[in-house]
Amino acid sequence: MAKPASNISRQLSNVGAWIDERIPVSSFWKAHISEYYAPKNFNFFYFFGSLAMLVLAIQILTGIFLTMHYKPDAAEAFASVEYIMRDVEWGWLIRYMHSTGASFFFIVVYLHMFRGLMYGSYKSPRELVWVLGVLIYLVLMAEAFMGYVLPWGQMSYWGAQVIISLFGAIPVVGDALVEWIRGDFFVSDATLNRFFALHVIAVPLALLALVVLHLAALHEVGSNNPDGIEVKKNKDSQGRPLDAIPFHPYYTVKDIFGVGVFLTLFAFVIFYAPEFGGLFLEPDNFNPADPLVTPPHIVPVWYFTPYYAILRAVPDKLAGVILMGMAIMVLFILPWLDRSKVKSIRYKGLGSKILLAVFAITFIRLGMLGMGEGTHAQTIESRIWTFAYFAFFILMPFVTKYEKTRPEPERVTK
Amino acid sequence: MIRIAFSIALLAASSLAWPAGGGEDLEQAGSNVHNLASVQRGAAMFMNYCHSCHSAQYMRYQRLARDLDLTEEQVNEYLVLGNREITDYMIAAMPEDAEQWFGKKPPDLTLTSRSRGEDWIYSFLKGFYLTEDGWNNTVLANASMPNVLWELQGIQRPVMETYTDESGEEHSRIAELEIDQEGLMTPAEYDQALRDLVAFMTYLGEPAVLKRESMGIWVLLFLVVFTFLSWLLYKEYWRDVKK
Repeated sequence: MAKPASNISRQLSNVGAWIDERIPVSSFWKAHISEYYAPKNFNFFYFFGSLAMLVLAIQILTGIFLTMHYKPDAAEAFASVEYIMRDVEWGWLIRYMHSTGASFFFIVVYLHMFRGLMYGSYKSPRELVWVLGVLIYLVLMAEAFMGYVLPWGQMSYWGAQVIISLFGAIPVVGDALVEWIRGDFFVSDATLNRFFALHVIAVPLALLALVVLHLAALHEVGSNNPDGIEVKKNKDSQGRPLDAIPFHPYYTVKDIFGVGVFLTLFAFVIFYAPEFGGLFLEPDNFNPADPLVTPPHIVPVWYFTPYYAILRAVPDKLAGVILMGMAIMVLFILPWLDRSKVKSIRYKGLGSKILLAVFAITFIRLGMLGMGEGTHAQTIESRIWTFAYFAFFILMPFVTKYEKTRPEPERVTK
Repeated sequence: MIRIAFSIALLAASSLAWPAGGGEDLEQAGSNVHNLASVQRGAAMFMNYCHSCHSAQYMRYQRLARDLDLTEEQVNEYLVLGNREITDYMIAAMPEDAEQWFGKKPPDLTLTSRSRGEDWIYSFLKGFYLTEDGWNNTVLANASMPNVLWELQGIQRPVMETYTDESGEEHSRIAELEIDQEGLMTPAEYDQALRDLVAFMTYLGEPAVLKRESMGIWVLLFLVVFTFLSWLLYKEYWRDVKK
């Protein structure tokens, strides 16, 4: 009995060896999966990296099927989405996976970024992991914005109108730039066509490339952990880090569990609340785009609203655009703003803890205000929170330098 | 520590007032798209009273047979407009010059339940009243549409009241509507008829809703079992890590 089996397995390993001599499959698997050592004290917040990859895969797969039926034509786009929702077999499911996936992408990414803020994952030697991550975030925002235009509903159209016109605030070249982006004198078929091209191929390619770089940088320096200490410092006699475990099978099985929880929540929204009370799919976007009818209340989708609140907090259009841009750009220099001796919030002082808590509240509150109608009271309140947003970054160098930190442990804690 | 801080932060943020507008005062429709009989009655009402002017251009008649548990013959006989085929999209019988009659082309109703909401449709259709200037509506002031359901509902007239605003000026507004001339239905019957119509329009806005909500539970059950098994697998593997 044993003989034929071993014969087959010998044959297979010969094939494996043949391939390995020509392309480094098994060494790649070892370096990045089976012998990639990850700290063993990852907590809840460490699920979101792998979940972001999962959502990216879902978006690409469902996106491929949507492009098979969607028509990037101002006269047909809206109807083609309804065609997908009604006449394409399982089209509604594919479309809801994609639309819900967009929102979940941002939920996952925001939690992933918050994890980085908490445990100092941006600090040396992981500055480039963070910088590449912020780039991914930026590209993701472009991807989401252009995707939102494609259904060609009223919010698609007027959202595009508002966001593109922001570039018009730039002195001298503004108007020409806006025209160049739209490809027309107003948001039109030409705009829809190019956004489709960018959304389905150009931006996703950039996104994938950046994800590869993000992971390459991470695997070069190794993962941080909730204690913020370097697990590579303590190794056993064979050179294996004592506080780390191979990514596979330990974190693969753990992440599968995370995937299960995630998919359960994801499916709940898809099947029972795909509009999510008008947050994921806005009611006005069920009206076809009409250049002659301006909706009374134009707001972007929820994941952009913190920045929209900052934009509206400033009375001058150009200054608002600059401030909004800075709110995102400042994330790039974060690694150099943190002067603390320790990485993790666990060992930082009270000042850092207060800063981070206030920042989290600020971001959520700005998001809520960005959904509002922009009344006077809301604008005033937005200014206070905008101030708090930037205060986080401005105060960080001082607080982290002068506050009293607790000593980091030698080994990771449980 | 972090977990506590995080939850406090979330709580603090969410306890602040929600800045989005409160919305108009709409009556709750309380219709149920999963009540097949109600959706069927609503379909008949839609075809009789709405569809001669309003299209549902993204929907095919044929689909009604499949989803509403009717035969194609029944749909053909009772629901499809005179000169249309069952495979056609639901385009209104309205002639081209309709725009001149009302000053505005009657809007397509396929997605009204999603863009306006169930409660809006329900309140709108209950909100017609007659003045010397013709029909008006409490939900959509100066609507171009007359009350096509007046035969059923009867004719409502507004009861006015005066109130003083913050700056001390007096204005008048509609306090309530009262039935001036009775219709074929009692108010309770009319409300139920509207609930049926709204149920149908909810279906019309998203035909997938029937399948979506009935199959969702099985998907969730599968995922819960999958998650539980993956948790067991995780615990088993991690026994040697936790030591």
